[in-house]
Amino acid sequence: MSNIPSGSVARTKMDKVRGSLSRRHRKQFILQAMGITAISLAFLMLFILLASLISTGHKAFTQTEITLEVFIDPEEISAERLPRGNFDDVLAAALAADLPSVDPNDRAAMRVVGGILSNGAQFQLRDRVVADLSLIGQTIALSVPVSDPYDQLHKGLLDRETPESLRRLDDTQISFYDRLIEIGAITSSLNTGLLTNADSRFPELAGLKGAIMGSFWALLTCFLISFPLGIGAAIYLEEFAPRNRLSDFIEVNINNLAAVPSVVFGLLALAVFIGWFGMPRSAPFVGGMTLALMTMPTIIIATRAALKAVPPSIREAALGVGASRQQVVFGHIVPLAMPGILTGTIIGLAQALGETAPLLLIGMNAFITSAPATPFDSATALPTQIFIWADSPERGFVSRTSAAILVLLTFLITMNAIAIYLRSKFERKW
Amino acid sequence: MTTLAFAILLVASLAAYALNRRAATGIRNGGARLHSVSNYHGLFALLLMLVPVLVVILAWLVLQGSVVNAVVMGALPDGTLTELEKGQVDLILAEIQSISGGRIFGQPEPWKLAAAERLTELRQLAALGLVLVTALLCLAIMIFARKKVSAEFRARQGVERIVSGLMIFCSVVAIFTTVGIVASLAFETYKFLRLVPLSEFLFGLNWEPQIPIRADQIAAAGAFGWIPVIVGTIVITIVAIVIAVPIGLLSAIYLFEFAPKRVRAVAKPLLEILAGVPTVVYGFFAILVVAPAIRIFGASLGIPVAPNTALAAGGVMSIMLVPFISSFADDALSAVPRAMRDGALALGATRAETVLNVLFPAAIPGIVGGVLLAVSRAIGETMIVVMAAGLMANLTLNPLESVTTVTVQIVTLLIGDTSFDNPKTLAAFALGMMLFLVTLIINIFALRIVRKYREAYD
Repeated sequence: MSNIPSGSVARTKMDKVRGSLSRRHRKQFILQAMGITAISLAFLMLFILLASLISTGHKAFTQTEITLEVFIDPEEISAERLPRGNFDDVLAAALAADLPSVDPNDRAAMRVVGGILSNGAQFQLRDRVVADLSLIGQTIALSVPVSDPYDQLHKGLLDRETPESLRRLDDTQISFYDRLIEIGAITSSLNTGLLTNADSRFPELAGLKGAIMGSFWALLTCFLISFPLGIGAAIYLEEFAPRNRLSDFIEVNINNLAAVPSVVFGLLALAVFIGWFGMPRSAPFVGGMTLALMTMPTIIIATRAALKAVPPSIREAALGVGASRQQVVFGHIVPLAMPGILTGTIIGLAQALGETAPLLLIGMNAFITSAPATPFDSATALPTQIFIWADSPERGFVSRTSAAILVLLTFLITMNAIAIYLRSKFERKW
Repeated sequence: MTTLAFAILLVASLAAYALNRRAATGIRNGGARLHSVSNYHGLFALLLMLVPVLVVILAWLVLQGSVVNAVVMGALPDGTLTELEKGQVDLILAEIQSISGGRIFGQPEPWKLAAAERLTELRQLAALGLVLVTALLCLAIMIFARKKVSAEFRARQGVERIVSGLMIFCSVVAIFTTVGIVASLAFETYKFLRLVPLSEFLFGLNWEPQIPIRADQIAAAGAFGWIPVIVGTIVITIVAIVIAVPIGLLSAIYLFEFAPKRVRAVAKPLLEILAGVPTVVYGFFAILVVAPAIRIFGASLGIPVAPNTALAAGGVMSIMLVPFISSFADDALSAVPRAMRDGALALGATRAETVLNVLFPAAIPGIVGGVLLAVSRAIGETMIVVMAAGLMANLTLNPLESVTTVTVQIVTLLIGDTSFDNPKTLAAFALGMMLFLVTLIINIFALRIVRKYREAYD
């Protein structure tokens, strides 16, 4: 038996294995390459998303303005008739002085000239005059935004090569612009109006103040409701609840609520809060209540995880020296779990800040030109404002929408950064 | 006035706390041995006041509006409201309210002015009543709580009972929410089914919810068959899943098995960013970049492409789902016991073979659960499709055509007018009911698979 060449079988097998090795390694290489491709695709998408937002959005952070020497003609604006007055005519006359090719008596031409200025320019002038009546009869320097088409032209978003009939500005209007550029009247400045104005029909005047305030009130309401309720529920379920059918049912409920589509919460809010309780539509308060219902499961799940992470030795030590169960929980466990709870809450609130669909259903997509002073006033929120602007036909709103998204993303990144900081700073490894 | 009521409550409960605490300290200083430390006596008074009075104030505020409105409308001259529909009654109420708020348009009838005056009076009365009731209740509870203070009084147990009750209430809110969702959807769906038969809704092949609002208006008669809507939803979901699953799984496998530690440390949070981007941003991305790109690409191939294709909506949705699927797959792969991995490697399998033939099959249930949750997300996703998909219900399976989804229809039907008595608005609730049921079934199924699988190796 011993003279049978025992090595031969093994050798052939080894050869087979060796022979197949390169094929097997190639397979591994292919799998690896596919994995790298997949993850690169995902990152490419992230890159395209951010790049497209920044490339369209950065233009909205500057605003094209025109500086005019305005003679406040007492014949057009008199102190008695304020705040009424022909402010637009006064502005058009000031512009016409810079444009020698225009006949100030040609009404049609003067309308075209007036169209260079934003619709808000006359109100800006009116507010100046109302604040200081002595300005009537004087000449003042005024810097006002230009209207959307000229803004687009200045930012290079309007192509001069397009046939005139398809362009938003005809050749005469472009020649006005060129003349104003020549005399240095048109300048670009930082667009503070984006954050300090409320919504407007005119892209050059539209800002995010109303939306930011609306989101603030909604998030505040959401926090005030979901934080105590979520923590209370989590502490009860984790520390006190007897293992019975009721607490099992609550658990299943919370897990399912976390996965219910957000639009269903909108339907709930519309039917119950607005339909049955008669709460006002479009109010950030109602929006905050809706968001609170959606945020609560997130907070509960995060809080339970944080409570679980506190080691049992602390619980046992406290019980051992005679503390009651509630004294153990509120005096020792909860304070130790607080960083984790806060992190979970901030992440939950960040999700709520980006939520749109339920707010649309309760009417937070209304057109409102003033910022809400209380949570009960009609308002929009940042995501719904983005939705409204994305739907607006004016070209100027495209870059405004991207800019609004960048503002929203800034808020989200800030909140997440705070959460990460809190976690790394206060997290304890036991 | 409401603020005043809250202020009274705050001050009174702090006063009650101080009062009882001092009383208890007084007893202790007198030489008696207290059952509970004096702090608990104070807390007991605080909670005993705060909880019930807060409930009373909130209930008052919720009910006040509708009670006052009902009284005003009930006191209108006889016959003004007969023969009027609910919408018109609401309009009259709104007019009275705006007159009372000082916004008078035109020349309202004298009875409306009288009603507005009554409304203003009643509101003031109600606000005054709230303050009075708050103050009286606070006073009564303060006296009651003060009388409780004694050496034997078990204040700590009292406080713990109240806190316990509050925590149970917090937990039950989750049940209330579910009940609220089911009740509101079921109630409105029931009203819808009285106007449109169930068989037509479930099996009808036409969805044209535009019904005439006035009798003389020319509009479609209204058809409420949900088949084209759900087919559109399925088409978009399939597009999203078909793109997201391979990318998500392959990147999970790469990150789990092959990626160097440093790549993993950077790549995972970057993927999380994709999951954290609000969906309205994805929707804008779809109309700004993806849809035009698909249209240009289709035109270059000579294929006519609709401006809002299922492909664009589904494609963008898949970006959102990739991190979701990848993190579920990563969890499932990590949950496979290390022994199986080591065993395969020890037998000479390459790492690719280990992952594909050993780890992956063992992780399949977890991965399937994750994919199912992703499907339920895709079905319920709203903003991407509202912005990027179509509005018209098209019964087609072609992803290059424009289709609509359940969520798009819910949002478009409910933006604008919402009177709860026409089939158009009620249809949105019926769709919401179906959406809730479908996603609920998928979620329960998926969570069960995930959980069952986890227990297998523990």
